[in-house]
Amino acid sequence: MTSSVRQQILISGVGGQGVLFVTRLLAEAAIARGLPVFTCETHGMAQRGGTVVSHLKVGDFHSPLVRAGQADGLLVLKSENLAQHAVFLKPGGWVVANAGPKEACDVPGTVFALDADRLAQETGNVKSLNLVVLGFALSVAEKMGENPGRLFCTRADIEEALAGRFKKKGKQASILLNAVRAGCDALK
Amino acid sequence: MSKRRLLLGNEAMARGLVENGCRMATSYPGTPASEILAAVADFKLEEKLAMHVQWAVNEKIAFEIAYAGCMAGLRTAVSMKQVGLNVASDPFMSAAYMGVKGGFIVISADDPGPHSSQTEQDSRMLAMMAKVPVLDPDSPRQAKEMIATAYALSEAFRTPVMLRPTTRVCHSRQDIEVLPVVESAAVAQFDRDPARWAATPKFRHKLHLELEEKLAAIAVYAPSAPVRLNPGASGRRAVVAAGVAAAHACEILRELGIWEKLAFYQVRQPFPLHIEFIEHLLGAYRDILVLEETTGVIEMQLADRRRVKGKQSGAVPRVGELTPERIQTLLGDFAGVRSAAVRMDAAPGRRPTLCAGCPHRASFFAIKKAAPRGIYTSDIGCYTLGMNLGAVDTVLCMGAAITQAAGFYHAFRSAKKRPDIVATIGDSTFFHAGVPALIDAVVQRVKFTLVILDNRTTGMTGNQPTPASGFGACGESLDTVDIESLVRGCGVRYCRTGDPYHLKDFIALMKEAVACGRANGPAVVIARHPCLLDRMRKGEGGEFVTVEISERCDGCGYCVKNFECPALIHHTADKDHRHTTIDPLLCAGCGVCLHVCPKGSFQIKQARRGPA
Repeated sequence: MTSSVRQQILISGVGGQGVLFVTRLLAEAAIARGLPVFTCETHGMAQRGGTVVSHLKVGDFHSPLVRAGQADGLLVLKSENLAQHAVFLKPGGWVVANAGPKEACDVPGTVFALDADRLAQETGNVKSLNLVVLGFALSVAEKMGENPGRLFCTRADIEEALAGRFKKKGKQASILLNAVRAGCDALK
Repeated sequence: MSKRRLLLGNEAMARGLVENGCRMATSYPGTPASEILAAVADFKLEEKLAMHVQWAVNEKIAFEIAYAGCMAGLRTAVSMKQVGLNVASDPFMSAAYMGVKGGFIVISADDPGPHSSQTEQDSRMLAMMAKVPVLDPDSPRQAKEMIATAYALSEAFRTPVMLRPTTRVCHSRQDIEVLPVVESAAVAQFDRDPARWAATPKFRHKLHLELEEKLAAIAVYAPSAPVRLNPGASGRRAVVAAGVAAAHACEILRELGIWEKLAFYQVRQPFPLHIEFIEHLLGAYRDILVLEETTGVIEMQLADRRRVKGKQSGAVPRVGELTPERIQTLLGDFAGVRSAAVRMDAAPGRRPTLCAGCPHRASFFAIKKAAPRGIYTSDIGCYTLGMNLGAVDTVLCMGAAITQAAGFYHAFRSAKKRPDIVATIGDSTFFHAGVPALIDAVVQRVKFTLVILDNRTTGMTGNQPTPASGFGACGESLDTVDIESLVRGCGVRYCRTGDPYHLKDFIALMKEAVACGRANGPAVVIARHPCLLDRMRKGEGGEFVTVEISERCDGCGYCVKNFECPALIHHTADKDHRHTTIDPLLCAGCGVCLHVCPKGSFQIKQARRGPA
């Protein structure tokens, strides 16, 4: 990966789903790759079960916010947010959503949908649905090949970032890595 | 050796403080500023520094403690949200006159939007009023750099300096270079100078003259002067931007292909605006667009308004955040180029609500049972969301639940029908601004009931300690103040403590308290149950249970309407088969809903320990 990477991603969900955690993992993966990174988060009152959205910009940027119509991709942890945040997607962008096949609404790009709630439940840790979605997004990126808009990092980057954050908590790390794997394997 | 770390804007400012020899840092939590002090505490522990780091009871107290530190010659800082500065405005105004000895930074975080605040007020206006210089960072990285600028400025002119980040700076993360920390060798020393530190009005006049001289000198101080970001651009139009609006504009000017068309300046010190810059701007350009949040502070200082477009002129919206989409439209119009900014319709999204298992929900349910047609005054905190339950009628500012209850009592005193008045206030807010209000209510024999929602923490802002916690910002052991003794010390005779999780008993207690408050004057109930999110209190919440809904449920929706727990889902699509279910992912297992259903259709499945 060269330093010419310039990518804008929106991560959307509701309070408690782990939007900030996914954002942080991606940002740390960017730093590990030597890329400049910007994120912007929702805190405080809005976090109490309300809509939570993070902006992630990797590459040479000045502003922390993604403008409408500029996002290369969306990670959507709650399907109901799709309608609200699809406006950020640029034409031809990608959406990875925790949603049923019928829920994918009208967006200007390609939607990859996955029932992450069910998958997370199957891995035995319902709260790791955020990482299931992230894992799914990583394998979608892999499939997109040399597309410049594809997710800037790989599964190995995220696994490394997770291992780094849970150095002393091996059990927790393996639960989370499982969730990433389950998401990755879900793309047929 | 330096290294890059992913830092939140608030962490970046904290890092700036420790790297620049700050010796005392104080704060009261408030979004978007809360993480600043927590991060200072973390860096203190990480770097093993001999700093004083504390959460104060309120912003005024935090300010005065840090200010005295700089009077003793140390570098100090106080941080707060913008409405916190209102609370600290009294010492702020005076400190400007008296000046400083060691460097003193006042960080006041604004919240254009607003995302998590009562107002969109611009702290730079208070800086202007106080005659204190203010710096306006555009990013976490610049916010960190400006700590060094602010200390240098503060010590060069012996004045407090305000650093005014906004939400987008506080709550962005950026890869930032972290430098080694060299501990400051400064030793506290207080030089008696009553004409300054205890100045009477005659001396204050002299101090005011000095202050004006300082401001004039600061308006020509080179290190904080505006910068031209595109020296190559020509033409008679200029864009002047500050704060995160400058960061947005920097990207948008390039993307619209007008980087070379409009002269682009970034103001780093909006007040006092540099004199030469004002003269240059008005001399060189025909039209000037000013992009700043939230009020036209820079714009106001540009004398010839006919050529200046901004907040004052009405060209830039005065209300709400200057989002990149808005800036794109403004810049496109100003440059006379077409730009198809995507319109952002205000999508409603999910409204925030109290967490599943939040003890406040049970308290509000009990309050409504005990005083069904009451006036419910409330306060600032998570429990403001009690409005979803119809149990919060007013929210003004910190501590006003009690004073507004008093005001309503006096207003209705001679009315034929006097409503029950029930005030709710959190434990941290009670310490912050509720105590003087309660004393006033006791003296005036205000007949009302006060419920102190004691979740043993400052919940809304991320579980900072309160004076009842017994530990400090760095986890160190501290003394405690007991709320019940404090209430009794204020002169309240009726004060009872109950656990809202024991809903039946708590409703009975609330009924007794409301009757007593109505008849005899202030009655206080302390509703005590720890916040479920507070890691310091994990395990103190008692037994957790698994609840199920039996076939007795007829789907009436009473629980969803009156209890509004996010774990309860009301299915109404099929009109012949309305029913309610429990979302096992969200349910915390508090079991309070067992007592909410009028038909008794909630029942225990099996006992289990600990929250989900």
